[in-house]
Amino acid sequence: MLRIENVSAGYGSIRVLHQINLHVNEGEIVCLIGSNGVGKTTTLKTISGLLRPEEGRIYFRNRDISRTPPHKIVEMGISHVPEGRNVFPRLTVRENLELGAYARKDKAEIKRDYAMVMQTFPQLALREKQSAGTLSGGEQQMLAIGRALMSRPRLLLLDEPSMGLAPLFVLGIFEIINEINRQGTTILLVEQNAQLALRTAHRGYVMETGRIVLDDSTEALLKNSRVRKAYLGE
Amino acid sequence: MFIQQLVNGLILGSTYALIALGYTMVYGIIELINFAHGEIYMFGAFAGLLLVTVLKVPFFLAFFLAMALAALLGMTVEFLAYRPLRHSTRLAALISAIGASIFLQNLALLIMGAQPYTFPSPVEAKVYQTPFFTISRLEIIILIFSFLLMIALTLFIQRTKIGKAMRAVAQDKDTASLMGININQIITVTFAIGSALGAASGVMVGIYFRTVTFSMGLMPGLKGFVAAVLGGIGNIPGAMMGGILLGITETIGAAYISSQYRDAVAFALLIMVLLLKPTGLLGRPVQEKV
Repeated sequence: MLRIENVSAGYGSIRVLHQINLHVNEGEIVCLIGSNGVGKTTTLKTISGLLRPEEGRIYFRNRDISRTPPHKIVEMGISHVPEGRNVFPRLTVRENLELGAYARKDKAEIKRDYAMVMQTFPQLALREKQSAGTLSGGEQQMLAIGRALMSRPRLLLLDEPSMGLAPLFVLGIFEIINEINRQGTTILLVEQNAQLALRTAHRGYVMETGRIVLDDSTEALLKNSRVRKAYLGE
Repeated sequence: MFIQQLVNGLILGSTYALIALGYTMVYGIIELINFAHGEIYMFGAFAGLLLVTVLKVPFFLAFFLAMALAALLGMTVEFLAYRPLRHSTRLAALISAIGASIFLQNLALLIMGAQPYTFPSPVEAKVYQTPFFTISRLEIIILIFSFLLMIALTLFIQRTKIGKAMRAVAQDKDTASLMGININQIITVTFAIGSALGAASGVMVGIYFRTVTFSMGLMPGLKGFVAAVLGGIGNIPGAMMGGILLGITETIGAAYISSQYRDAVAFALLIMVLLLKPTGLLGRPVQEKV
């Protein structure tokens, strides 16, 4: 479904990604793990069009999206939940969710998805008219994920959904990520919490300083001594 | 006397408020002080004047046509002078804005000449007398139009999909683009609306003071900017409030201190607000991003 071929990208003269290759098949949860600052977020930003690859190609459903602007990529079916739950703080919960469906025109279906998101995240239903900035961190994460679902993505890019959340909340969020996947959405998950990511995903990539150094099924990665040492704290 | 000054200030202030909205909307979206905005105001006045006097378009229609033409001009200025500099330093765009302002003013001088033009009055000069103040029919129309435009803008920003997108873009451009919002389109719409409101003010002031000149945008442009900063730049209700406050302060200053000091009073008010509350009356405290 998604194929990244030899992509290099960065910010100005600083190159962050060095010729990475990665693919995601339909229906999968794929995780991308690695320590802070190795280029995981940059990878997602390059996929969603916030950054342009300096070289290499990105294909989504066999179409080259390497030069496509972000708003067009959303229309094609990729939704990116950015790091740090970037909700619009001065818009209400409802307005945030409505913006998630900005690219869509099927009003009746949007309404249904809205009801579905409210069902998935009952806490949000209680705060519909509140501005998003007043929500707790966990609620903002739910809102960010719910908002991404409002575009009805084929592929969901999740950047550090566990960041800064209480452990109990983290489990709840990952439960929901699994549920979203079961309902047919493909997921590319970036996560520092390698343990959790590897137990959730089907396949995983390990990134170090802008390069993919390992890729395998998550069972294999969980047994890999290098991964166990570097990321699972053994 | 005092109430009369309040009423006069309210009329003047509502025209400032319309100009201030253009500054504040553009700043809210791309953090640029659009110094060419005063020239858009001047252009609006000329467009209205020429439509009425040369093309004999009815006043009411000419008013809206002038707004539409100014919207086109605002979009063009954005496209030619600001968009190419979107990813450069803010200073570069600011200098380009000053350049656009000088260019438009001189273009007007070249085409229309330096002489002032007289705007014919659209309504008979009827004056209404109340126990506390007098107000002319034209003044009532200016007040009504200004407030209708401000209400329309507020509804547009609050209720429509594009308005919601504008607020989202003002808060976080990257995330907004991840929602499927075309940022460039929203910036274009913002310039169009801001310019149309500026032109509306230009036409009304042109009619009110009966004169239109190539340099008429300079002072109101600055005042509109002051009003936007007063209210907290980037804040739409703030711009409306700032405009009206500035108009009233200026009129009262002119009446009780000296009309020579009219502009000085306006700028003194700016300095005072900046000293006491640098973010403006309704502005949010600035948070440093990490």
